[in-house]
Amino acid sequence: MSLAITLTINGAQQAIALDDPRITLLDLLRERLDLTGTKKGCDRGQCGACTILVDGRRINSCLALALSHDGADILTIEGVAQGDRLHPVQAAFIAQDGFQCGFCTPGQIMSAIGLIREGQAGDDPERVREAMSGNICRCGAYIGITEAVLEAQRAMMGTAERDAA
Amino acid sequence: MNRFDYARPATLAEAVTAGALPNAAYLASGTNLMDLMKGGVARPSLLVDIGRLPGLDRIELLEDGGARIGAMVRNADLAYHPAFARRFPAVAEALLSGASAQLRNAATTGGNLLQRTRCAYFYDTASACNKRDPGAGCDAVGGENRLHAILGFSAQCIATHPSDFCVPLTALDAVVELLGPQGPREVKLEDFHLLPGSTPERETVLEPGELITAVRLPAAAADFAAHARYVKIRERTSYAFAVVSAAACLRLQGGVVTQARIALGSVALKPWRARAAEAALCGQRADAAAFRQAAETALQDASPSGDNAFKIELARRVVVRALSLAASGTPARLPALPASAFSGEVAHA
Repeated sequence: MSLAITLTINGAQQAIALDDPRITLLDLLRERLDLTGTKKGCDRGQCGACTILVDGRRINSCLALALSHDGADILTIEGVAQGDRLHPVQAAFIAQDGFQCGFCTPGQIMSAIGLIREGQAGDDPERVREAMSGNICRCGAYIGITEAVLEAQRAMMGTAERDAA
Repeated sequence: MNRFDYARPATLAEAVTAGALPNAAYLASGTNLMDLMKGGVARPSLLVDIGRLPGLDRIELLEDGGARIGAMVRNADLAYHPAFARRFPAVAEALLSGASAQLRNAATTGGNLLQRTRCAYFYDTASACNKRDPGAGCDAVGGENRLHAILGFSAQCIATHPSDFCVPLTALDAVVELLGPQGPREVKLEDFHLLPGSTPERETVLEPGELITAVRLPAAAADFAAHARYVKIRERTSYAFAVVSAAACLRLQGGVVTQARIALGSVALKPWRARAAEAALCGQRADAAAFRQAAETALQDASPSGDNAFKIELARRVVVRALSLAASGTPARLPALPASAFSGEVAHA
């Protein structure tokens, strides 16, 4: 059995040799590829700190076996800014005080990017809160997080409209 | 986590051959299985990854009005499929009331049916559990059991099946399509999960190697689309398993119930169809008195398995609320908090 897989991580394709079938995407990113922005909180799919985008969809990387994602396109917090230019969701989290200690923040931001792509919440704060409920914040920065998601979504929609015009 | 071999078969035939090997387990997305393996509760020696098998990821809206949902269809993709949600709104509502957005993006149709109980003693390998270790005893009996079963339990096991999705599916007569080493067969979802009896380790009718390939909703299930709801009581507003839930689907004519479908969740080790209550409602005016009577009938065989007598009256009230909301009509858009008692909706009757 071959444990060689290929992943595209933050835009760069990588051939990866796994030394153990048990490795999750989370452990692969953090322990093998030195991408420690993705956090390990509960490691059981309950806290959302490990949220990444796989083929454009937000998932818990702690419950995703790396082997079964051979060929996937992965976006982590390290890949969302363009050089020194923050992603609109990152900028909105700063502007709206969407964090305190910062541990859950990479997962919150990746989850928010996924939420905006899903396009189901609209501008309803209750729908945003519901759609962000898979990300726990021990500091209780939820009010700022909700505001940040709404602000980022407005900013991204404005950009999309300008681009379309 | 124990070490395991990993296989990713390319065909269904290869998959069921591998899946029939001793101590093999099918891996869909792993949202439950990975968790169980990390805790040492599940220790498969071979994982058979069904994620790339052809044809399992399709949502088919059948011409007769029914639907066929491939086993690998993700919960979010099904719930947000506009035409599916229009035909089967209670199914979409149940899906969106479950887990978190991240989990719904990964979790699959087949995996939802096969998710294990959330009984804490099952998850704790230091506790006695007849389901995990047949004959070991049950620490839930006499333990922390306020969330345990009120119907269909035994002295050996008082756990519940935690699915939301399965509750409206059971109410709507869903059929599970299986493929095994001996070929394909079909089982009604209502008959798919087994009550614990004296063999709580045996949870479903699946034979070794048998794989869920699809779940089918019959055409008649779509006849309830105008009056179909799911209600779920949780200990927090979102991202929690049900304490008690109910799906209610009605057909009404001039304010009178002509057909009813009712099922309850998190009350037993299987989604619980309340057929006697359905029969009692038919021909009745859709009002509070009839709904309360149906709820009494639905719970007439219930009894506490521990500190959970409150769940019996709670379940009655959830049935009444689900029926009342269903009678009011399926909303054009699901509420911001799907299936919640705190959505601000005012029920009919």
